[in-house]
Amino acid sequence: MQLFLQQVLAGLANGAIYAGMALALVMIFLAIDHLNFAQGEMATFSTFIAWQLLAWGCPYWITFVLVVAISFVGGIAIERVLFKPLHNADILANLVAFIALFSILNSADGYIWDYTIKTFPTPFGSKPLFGSVLIDAHEAGMLVVTAVLLGLLYLFFSGTRLGLAMRAAAHNPVSARLVGIRVGWMTALGWGIAAAIGAVSGMLIAPVVFLDPNMMFGVLLYGFAGAVLGGMTSPGGAVLGGFAVGVIENMAGTFVPYVGRDLKLTIALLVIVAVLMVRPAGIFGRTTVSRV
Amino acid sequence: MMLEVEGLNAFYGEQQALFSVKFDLAEGGVRTLLGANGAGKTTVLRSLCGMVRTNGDIHFDGKAIAGWPTEKVVRLGVAHVPEGRGTFVRLTVEENLQLGAMTRRGRAAIAADIDRIYDHFPRLRERRRQQAGTLSGGEQQMLAVGRALMLRPRLLLLDEPSFGLAPLIVEELFHILRQINRDTGVAMLIVEQNAALALELAEHAYILETGRIVMDGPAAEIGADEGVRRAYLGY
Repeated sequence: MQLFLQQVLAGLANGAIYAGMALALVMIFLAIDHLNFAQGEMATFSTFIAWQLLAWGCPYWITFVLVVAISFVGGIAIERVLFKPLHNADILANLVAFIALFSILNSADGYIWDYTIKTFPTPFGSKPLFGSVLIDAHEAGMLVVTAVLLGLLYLFFSGTRLGLAMRAAAHNPVSARLVGIRVGWMTALGWGIAAAIGAVSGMLIAPVVFLDPNMMFGVLLYGFAGAVLGGMTSPGGAVLGGFAVGVIENMAGTFVPYVGRDLKLTIALLVIVAVLMVRPAGIFGRTTVSRV
Repeated sequence: MMLEVEGLNAFYGEQQALFSVKFDLAEGGVRTLLGANGAGKTTVLRSLCGMVRTNGDIHFDGKAIAGWPTEKVVRLGVAHVPEGRGTFVRLTVEENLQLGAMTRRGRAAIAADIDRIYDHFPRLRERRRQQAGTLSGGEQQMLAVGRALMLRPRLLLLDEPSFGLAPLIVEELFHILRQINRDTGVAMLIVEQNAALALELAEHAYILETGRIVMDGPAAEIGADEGVRRAYLGY
């Protein structure tokens, strides 16, 4: 029983990271109808910036806030420079742009900070939380920070005019323009928020998986599995999906024979395939019907 | 004249949909565009809002607005109730109304306006917390009109407000439109298939055929001319 609880909590802690990545993916997907598979590289780049600031002696929480802000601006810049011109381009043009963004960021990480694996500090420590055997302090910190982040986002989207405008622009861009919303800027803002969420996820997971240019590759796959499970069109669903994938992954790794550490990533892919076969829109997603 | 359009051509890709269209509309006036399906009525409204590629002159308040992006035209006080109503189906009724006031400031004034819309359309008040997609067609049309009014527009563009509605509801809607025009002095340009109804509300009518204005005149005259009615209006 204790092992079970331990694994659920560890799964939820990892799931918090997947939930963040899933939410970031869904935010951009709702705005531009494309999957940003450079999301992980954006998060890794942000984490490297954080590592650099910390190496220069900047205190952790100041670094944290600074990096979130830098990532937010960077996300907006990426949209304005790279994806706004592709607004009406076909899917292949967008795909190439995502590949470009992926390789540029990945290579830039290696070029600037080289490919050696780096340790990344945690402000929470890695001792058991209050002497409990169930969860350690960093895992608890991951959960709390993600929960706060999700709560703030929820308040922003449900309670502010700007949040409402962003939802309207994502749901119905034509009508949004007709009430005077600058839809292009809402898309850019979505990129900024997605980049900021990614930065938080990157900084939280780096102490666990260590920092290198390919750090987020697996994490993004889990995040994608979470988003597909919950529904690519449902931010809330994507968050739940992310947590679910975290728990499923940990459970399978611990309790299913032969899976262990090595086949955990396979579980994520199996989840994607299974969901796509049974419920292509995800658990909370909507099927979009388009008239031709 | 508040709105002056001259030599307006519009294009969907290579296809030209409007040919040298000319019309105008005074502050507080109500005019209607009539014509068969595919005559280009909707395209005229879309041209005004920068939703199709055009050339020619469109002046609003003396400003040349042709080619402006939609959201910029809207900020001048041009509200468009589009074909198909443009409801934000996954948002609540009240959120839809709030979105109509997105370009305005002043929480209290916006809240007061939402209340006024509810007075016009009591059904919307009952359903304020519901997802707008669950409303009936008539209620969604009321919501679309309400959303447009939340802008406090100076010009209201209405694209087939009667479409798909039961006759009684259509009468009610037009009655409310007349009242709003009288109370607020908002000018209206109405595109309608239901010519008889539109001619009652409007003071002046234009008849479109295959992208050209083929006739215009006071609504009463157009409605009284049996030849015109039979040839263009189908009643």
